[in-house]
This record gives sequence, C-alpha cells and structure tokens, in this order.
Amino acid sequence: MVQIKRLQEDGTDIIVPIGEIDASSSIELDLTIAKSVGEGYTRLLVDCNALEYISSAGLGVFMSYIEEFNDKNIKMVLYGMNEKVANTFEILGLSELLIIVPTKEEAKQKVA
Amino acid sequence: MKYSYKVGCSTENLRGIRDFIRGSLKNHGVAELDISEMVLAMDEMCSNLIIHAHHCNPDELFELHILLEPRKPIVFEIVDDGTVFDINQFHEPDLGNIIHQKRKGGLGIRLVKSIMDKVEYEQASGMNICRLTKNVQYR
Repeated sequence: MVQIKRLQEDGTDIIVPIGEIDASSSIELDLTIAKSVGEGYTRLLVDCNALEYISSAGLGVFMSYIEEFNDKNIKMVLYGMNEKVANTFEILGLSELLIIVPTKEEAKQKVA
Repeated sequence: MKYSYKVGCSTENLRGIRDFIRGSLKNHGVAELDISEMVLAMDEMCSNLIIHAHHCNPDELFELHILLEPRKPIVFEIVDDGTVFDINQFHEPDLGNIIHQKRKGGLGIRLVKSIMDKVEYEQASGMNICRLTKNVQYR
C-alpha cells in the first residue's frame, strides 16, 4: 500500500511516496510521475523519507523514465532514502543510473 | 523451526507475505539488513509466481515455508501447482537494454540472484517446490 502526495516548491514538483511500493502499487508511482511530466514539470524531486519499502516493480518505474527524461531534459533527483531502500537501489547498481542524494537541500541544488 | 504461510495469488497479498517473512526471521539473531534483503528476494519470487504462473487468480493458492536451524543457512520453499519458471535458465537483460526498451521486468530476477545463494527446483506429487537458500551470519 502506498499513498503518494505531490507538492510544488519554486517550480519544482516534489513527489512523496508514503508506505510500500510493490507489484500491486507501483502503478500509482508511474501515474504520478506521468501526471507531473504531463503538467510540464521539468524538475522533479522524489522525497523518499516516508518510503518504507520498494521492490523491482517500483525500481522499474524509475528506470523506465531515464531515457525520456534525458531526451526532454527533465531532471529527477531522489533523496531521503532509509538504509534498506538505499540498499535495494545499490544491489542493482541503480545508484549509478539515477541521481540519489541524502538531503532535500542537495536534491534542490541538483535540479536547479 | 519451520514457519508456514498459505496465500492466494493476488498481488494484494504481497504485503502479508512480507510481514510473514519479517515476523518469522526476527528474534533469530539475523541482521536487519539481511532480513530486508531476503524479504525483497521472496517478494520478487512470489510476485512473479502470482502474476506469471497464476495470472493473479486469488482462488489459486501457494504455500511458503521458512526453515530455520541454528547456525545453518536459511531455507525458503515456495510450493505451488502452476507452470515452473526456472530463473536459473533466464538470462536477465542488461540494465542498458532495460532502460532503452522501457522494460519494467527483469530487475526482480537480478535481485533474487544477487541476494540468494542458491535457487533449486523440484517436482513431487504434482507440486512444484522452489527452494531458495541464503547463507547468513548469526549474531
């Protein structure tokens, strides 16, 4: 079960998944990112402070946007991951392919 | 010690499966990060089974067993009667291809193979048993 909130600060869209993202709930993440892009945001932050768990279904959603974002010059930065969630990204080497930083301040600098 | 859990093939049940595994493995001296990795690997195996072998039919059931013995590797068994999909026979696409084709699959098997030490399959009395073994350091 995941609940996803969105808020906007200084023209940046902040996506906040709360709970667990697995094969039953990854669609919510996909729809939220698609909506943000559809609304024209080019700076996306994903606040992972309340993300308790993510499986490959959720990782796949982030991966599926990498090429589109490169083409459209959209920047996405993830921040605030707990140790277990960060470990999941690291096992697959996704920390090399996505921009992941510890804090919101660093994330904002990356998309600026 | 053996823990068992019987569950219907719906992705809605993945959360319950994760809770069952976390609950079974706690208080056995296994490190938190190891537990979280095993939970993840089993979630991936069960997701694949539910979606691909049982087409998310909640009336079809499968069983999960966790076998714990002091100082021994942890053994997980998934027992079902669906089509067997041997992940050892599957060559997962590289990450570049996954990105390019916008594939949302293939990552799970990569995770399972990275986390678990052994994945074996066995058929007996019309049932499939998938056995996954994980070596852990006990505290």
